[in-house]
Amino acid sequence: MNASGEGSIGPVKHRTTVVRTSDREVMVTRTVNGPARIVFEAFAKAELFQRWWVPKSMGMTLVSCEMDVRLSGKYRLAFDVGGPEPMAFFGTYVEVQPPARLAWTNEEGGEPAPVTTVTFEEQGGQTLVVLRERHPSKESLDAAGTGAAEAMIETFDQLEELLVTLGGSSGR
Amino acid sequence: MVQYAPTRLDASFAALSDATRRGVVEQLARSDASITELAERFNMTLTGMKKHVGVLEQAGLVTTRKIGRVRTCQLGPRRLAEEMAWLERYRRRWDARFDALDRVVEELTRQEKRDERERRR
Repeated sequence: MNASGEGSIGPVKHRTTVVRTSDREVMVTRTVNGPARIVFEAFAKAELFQRWWVPKSMGMTLVSCEMDVRLSGKYRLAFDVGGPEPMAFFGTYVEVQPPARLAWTNEEGGEPAPVTTVTFEEQGGQTLVVLRERHPSKESLDAAGTGAAEAMIETFDQLEELLVTLGGSSGR
Repeated sequence: MVQYAPTRLDASFAALSDATRRGVVEQLARSDASITELAERFNMTLTGMKKHVGVLEQAGLVTTRKIGRVRTCQLGPRRLAEEMAWLERYRRRWDARFDALDRVVEELTRQEKRDERERRR
C-alpha cells in the first residue's frame, strides 16, 4: 500500500461494497470522510474529479477531462491506455441535484447507454455514497466489469489476480 | 442473477485462502490434471493432495471424475469463480477510486476549516 502524503493519524478507511442488485444493475457503496457538499464537488468539478477517478493502480492515464455538470450538459474523458489512440468515455448528465444526486449516461458503448446514478447522503460529517450502474442488458453489465481498457491490462493476470484477491479477502 | 448463499461464498473464499489450493486452481485453469499429477507438481503426498482437492470440491471450485483408476480434476462451475472474480475486480476498482476520493475530500475539508479559522481572526 502506497500511502505517501497521507497523515499518519488519518480517519478510518471505509469498506467499499459491491452488490449486483439485478441482472442489469450493480450497486457500489462507500462512506467518504467529508460533508456531502464537498464530495459532490469532487464529482462535479473537473479539476477535482481527475485527481481521483483514475487512480494509478488502474494502469491508465487520464489525458483530458471536460465536464459540463448541468442538466443535459456533456462530459468527455480521454485515457491513454498505451495504444496509438486515446480511449474516450463520454456522455450526458441527466440528473444534477447538488449536493444530493448526480446521474450521467455512458454513451461510448452505443445505444441504449448505461446510466450511472450517484446519491450522496450526509451522516455526521461523513457521506454515504451509493452509486448504481444500470445497464440495458445483462451482457452489457457483464462486459462492464472488464471494460475494454481494463481488459487489455487484466487479461494477462486475470487468474492470478482472482486468486490473490480471493486469498486476500478471506482474511476479513 | 444467481444469488450465492453466504455460506457457499465463505466456503469458496476459505478454500482459496490456502496457497497450495490457489496453485491447484491456477493449474487446473490451464488444463485438467489427475490427483497424482497435482501431487507431483506440488511436491506432496497423494493423501495430502486428495485433502486439498476435497476442500476445493466442497467449495464448488473443482469437480473430479474417476476414469478407470485415475481421478481427474477440473475447474468446477465456471460461473461461480467468474462471478466472484467479476465482483471482486469491480470492487477493487471502486475501492481504489474511493481511496483516492477520500484523500481529495479530506484535503478540501481541511482547507475549508483552515480558511474558516483565517476568516475568524
